[in-house]
This record gives sequence, structure tokens and C-alpha cells, in this order.
Amino acid sequence: MSENITKNENGTIMSDQDKTTTPSSLSDVAGARAAGGSRVGTRALGTGLEARGVHAWFDKHHALADVSLDFSAGTVTALIGPSGCGKSTFIRTLNRMHEFIPKTSMAGQVLLDGKDIYESGIDVTKIRLQIGMVFQKPNPFPSMTIGENVLSGIKLAQLKVSNQSELMEECLTRAGLWNEVKDRLGAHAGGLSGGQQQRLCIARALAVNPKVLLMDEPCSALDPGSTLRIEETISELSKTMTIVIVTHNMQQAARVSDYTAFFLSDGGPGQMIEVGPTNEIFSRPKDTRTENYVTGRFG
Amino acid sequence: MTQTQTSAATPTRPWAPTLKDRALTVTSILLAVILDVLIVAVTPLKGKIPYFFLFFILWFIVDSIFVYRAKGQKGVRDGLAAKVTLFGAVVVVMVVASILWETIHRGLKGINLEFFTGTLRNTSLFDPLGSGGIAHAIVGTLMLIAIAIIFAVPMGILTALYLTEIKGKAAGLIQFLVQAMSGVPSVVAGLFIYAAIILNTPLRSSAFLGGLALTILMVPTVTRTSQEVLNLVPRDLREAGLAMGATQWKTVALVVVPAARSGLITATILGVARIAGETAPLLFTVGVFDSYNFNPIKGDQGSLPTVVWRGLQGGTPESIQWAWSTILALLIVVLIMFVIARAFGTRQMKRK
Repeated sequence: MSENITKNENGTIMSDQDKTTTPSSLSDVAGARAAGGSRVGTRALGTGLEARGVHAWFDKHHALADVSLDFSAGTVTALIGPSGCGKSTFIRTLNRMHEFIPKTSMAGQVLLDGKDIYESGIDVTKIRLQIGMVFQKPNPFPSMTIGENVLSGIKLAQLKVSNQSELMEECLTRAGLWNEVKDRLGAHAGGLSGGQQQRLCIARALAVNPKVLLMDEPCSALDPGSTLRIEETISELSKTMTIVIVTHNMQQAARVSDYTAFFLSDGGPGQMIEVGPTNEIFSRPKDTRTENYVTGRFG
Repeated sequence: MTQTQTSAATPTRPWAPTLKDRALTVTSILLAVILDVLIVAVTPLKGKIPYFFLFFILWFIVDSIFVYRAKGQKGVRDGLAAKVTLFGAVVVVMVVASILWETIHRGLKGINLEFFTGTLRNTSLFDPLGSGGIAHAIVGTLMLIAIAIIFAVPMGILTALYLTEIKGKAAGLIQFLVQAMSGVPSVVAGLFIYAAIILNTPLRSSAFLGGLALTILMVPTVTRTSQEVLNLVPRDLREAGLAMGATQWKTVALVVVPAARSGLITATILGVARIAGETAPLLFTVGVFDSYNFNPIKGDQGSLPTVVWRGLQGGTPESIQWAWSTILALLIVVLIMFVIARAFGTRQMKRK
């Protein structure tokens, strides 16, 4: 399956291609992914995430207006759009990270398995255990070793795990990092390359076994090779969990996602313009603004 | 064989000053020195200070002439800025170095083994050095610093955590109070303990009360420095912790504080530096004593700053010699503490 994602019909790796890719090749990639044994939403994992009429404010600035979006279990959804359109704000409302910025407010509902995560009296830490997050900049804990970083979630969330070394190996393997670090688990995480650090952060997020993984531009600080490794990791992970990824790289959205949502702000609050299966968004978008964006006419 | 081609290149530094540049620098300094000596000789200016200031002025003038020919007005302004900063740095280094030199030079005369092992029980500060010493005062100062650390470091770091991590409603007020407290004259801290405790309770002067007075002085320093290092911990790390289902307390304890550990040790060191030489608050709260007192909660206690103070008060050559040697001992004690704290900080980092 990963073959279909990382290579187009000529067999060349996408990231090696010419920068001036025509929009048709984007839809080719997305189409190839959709055709390559796609089973969008067919796997019943029993969990899904739904945003219902989500608004977000920073102090008095209305940053995001009325976004309703369903993430069915076992799918990868890409959020694309120009800077400042509210993608990152939206993804941060999905696991209640939005509230850590002072003077923010929000409206609407976010349902995890049908339960509103903003319901009063709910244990926020349990919500974040189920909805993990990977950030834009790799941020391994500097005072911990590679191994300790992977298991940090266990300590931080005060969970009990019977076999820690097994869990460590499993998470690092799923994040595609095990072979590179298995001999230096006791070394400090700061010695890893940026791409390795980001995969370590993914492994760290996996250790608490989340149902949903939110990724806020996980590859924007990385080189093409590392990006490719992380994209492989994403397709591997999508078999067992729901993934939401914010990206500025439309090729990446085409390569890794089942669904794509396009966000745009026309000076006012950011809005979701269109959502649909990724190959449709890139081949025949319904909205002209989406078409202009994915064909590179603006943004 | 590109390998041999690349290895044939010799490393050069095209940006380094050329021989001519260096010659010009040396010439301008030499010219400035000669002019300096001449001007001091023909004018009524006397002493080291005119030499020093005049040299900088002359050097700037001479160098500016050279620079103007090569680089124009911009070069002159650039050179002026460089020399003004150098002047500032040299003045500061000279002040610190001359304090250190004077202390070591004068203090060493009175230093001997007896000085570090004996007490003043059978010796007076008016006796020449050789018999008796200040071991009791070293013990007293270490005891006072230890008591102050026990109270001030947790209080300071917890206050800093409240200000940086919790940012509660009282944060503004506390920030203001911490700033106001760092301006409290040390004698007021001693007077406060005296008025609040010694006058109102059966407790009498002791190392414990002295430690409390020093705590008042140490807390603002520790708080403000800790606050700065905690603010340097990226918000990313806090969010990463919280995003994995940690409570705020767990995030602070397992992520934020370990990331700032070496900075927090620095905060402690700066706090100790702030209080180690304090004399005034000790006079109200600890008093002076000429022999060992190992009981921290009862009885007067000797300390290095009070020995210095008494020595200088004595006014005789012998007592002033005692003061200088004791200042040197205080410097050595503080230096050893800093080295231990630093080694402790880095060892903890390398442990894994």
C-alpha cells in the first residue's frame, strides 16, 4: 500500500519530482492512493471524532467560524489552506489544547465516540490521552534519554504498564525509528536529527495508545527524506487509528490522506470551504476557491 | 581524483587582519602611548588615572586618523563604538581584578593553618595573626547559608513556578512584591526579624533567626532568576506534556523543572552570593561569638562578615589584618560552594 502512496505511476518518488508539478499530477497521486486498495471508512474501529459548529476566538478576534467536520475511524484527513485560515486553531480545539492560550474562547461541540469533550466535569487529561498530538517543531524532552522520551507519557499520565521495554520497542517500531536508535536508547534525544526527533515525538505520542492522532504540520521543519519516512509512518498508523494532519504541502495531502478539507479566511474568521475525498478535492473541487488554491492560482 | 585536488588546498583566512592592518594597530597604540607620556610630562596631570583616560582618548584620535583614510566616516564611528565598549569592559575588569588582587595580596599575609582550624576563644583580634583562627566563623557562616537555602530556595522556586506556570489572579501583586522585596535594605531584614520575633517571643538571637533574616534577602533573587530560566523553557515542551494526558503538576515536575535544572542551580548560586557577605542583618539576629556554637537554634553565633566588621572597627594594624584575611576566607568559602554547586548541576545532567 505504501508503494501507491510514495510513488506515482512512473515509479518515481514524489519528493524527487520537479517543483512545478501540474495540478493533474496531484489528482493522479490522490487517485492512485484511492484506487490502491482503499478501504476508506470500511474498517470499524468503533471510534470517530466529530466537530459540530466549532468557533474559536483569540480574545476578541474571531479566528474560526462554524466548522463542522466528521473524522470517521481509521481515516486520514488532511486540513489544507493558506496561513492564518484557522487550520491549526481548529486542530487544537480537537484535543482541548486551544484553551492553554490566555484569553481564548470557543463555541460548538467536539464529539469523541458521541461524547462531547467540552462537557463540563469531564476529565480533560483522559481526553488528551485518547487524542494525541504531534507538533510542528520536533519537541522531545531535553532532560530525558530517547527511551525515557518514549515512555514519558506513561509517567506523565501516571499509567501502569507491565512490560515497559516491549512497549518502547513497539512504539519506536511503529514510528519507524527502532532500527536507527535501538543501540542508543540511553543517549540524549537532542543528538538525533530533526526527522528522527519528530519520529521520536510520534513514538512518544503512541505510547499512551491514543485513538486519534492530531498532527500539526509535522513535516514543515524537515527535509524531503525525513518527510517521506514520516508519511510512511502515517500510512502505517492509519490502519489502526484516526489521523488528522494539517499541512501546507498539497502533495503531502494528496499522498497520505483519504479526505481533504480546505480552509480559507477572506479577511474575517477562517471557515471550512469544502471537504471531500482527497482525489475529488484535487481533481474536481466543487468550489472555485478550492480549485484556485489547489491549482496554485493563489495561496 | 577529486580527493587529491581538494586536499591540495591550504586553509586560509581571507577575513583575518593583514600584516599591514596589524602594523597600523600596533603603530596607533604606540603613538598613543608616546603622546600620553609626553602630555602627562608637560602638563600638571599626575597619577595613574590621567594616564589611563588620556590613553583611550589619544588612541581613539590616532586610530581614527588611520581608519578615516581607509574606511571613511563610517569606519570612524564603528571604531568609536568598539573602543567605548572596550573601555567599559576594561574599567569593570579593573575594578573586579583590583578588589581580588587587594584581598588576596593583603589577606594572604595572615593566612596559616591555625587561621582555618583555630577559634578566637583565647585570642583577640588585637593580637597578631598566628595564634587562633576563624574556624568557628566558617562554621557559623555555612550554617547561616544552609538555613537560608533550606527556606529561600523552595520558597523562591515555588513562587517563580506560581508566576510562570499557574499565572494565577495574584500573580501581578506577587510580582510587584517580589520586585519591591529585592530593594529592601539588608538592615531592614534584620530589624524585621528582631522586631517581629526577638521582641515578641522567648526566642533569642541564634543562627536560625539569622538564617530567616537572610532568607528575606535571598527569596527575591532566587525568585526572579528562577522566573527568567523557567520562562526560557519552550512552551512547546509544556504543551507536549499536557497533550499526553498529563496534569499540570506532572508536566511541571517531570518536564519543565528538569529542563530548567541547571538554571535553577544558577538561581541558587546567585541567591547565596547575595547573602554570603551580609553583615548588618546578622548583628540584630545572630550577634557575634568567638567560639564554636553548633546549636543552630540557641545562642549567638560567629560568622565571617561579623569578624571582618569587628576587625575593621578595631582600627589597629593587627585587627585590620584579621579583617583582610577573613575576607579572603569568605571568598574561598563562597568559591568552593559555587564549584560544588556547578559540579553537582553538570553531573546530574551527564548521569544518563
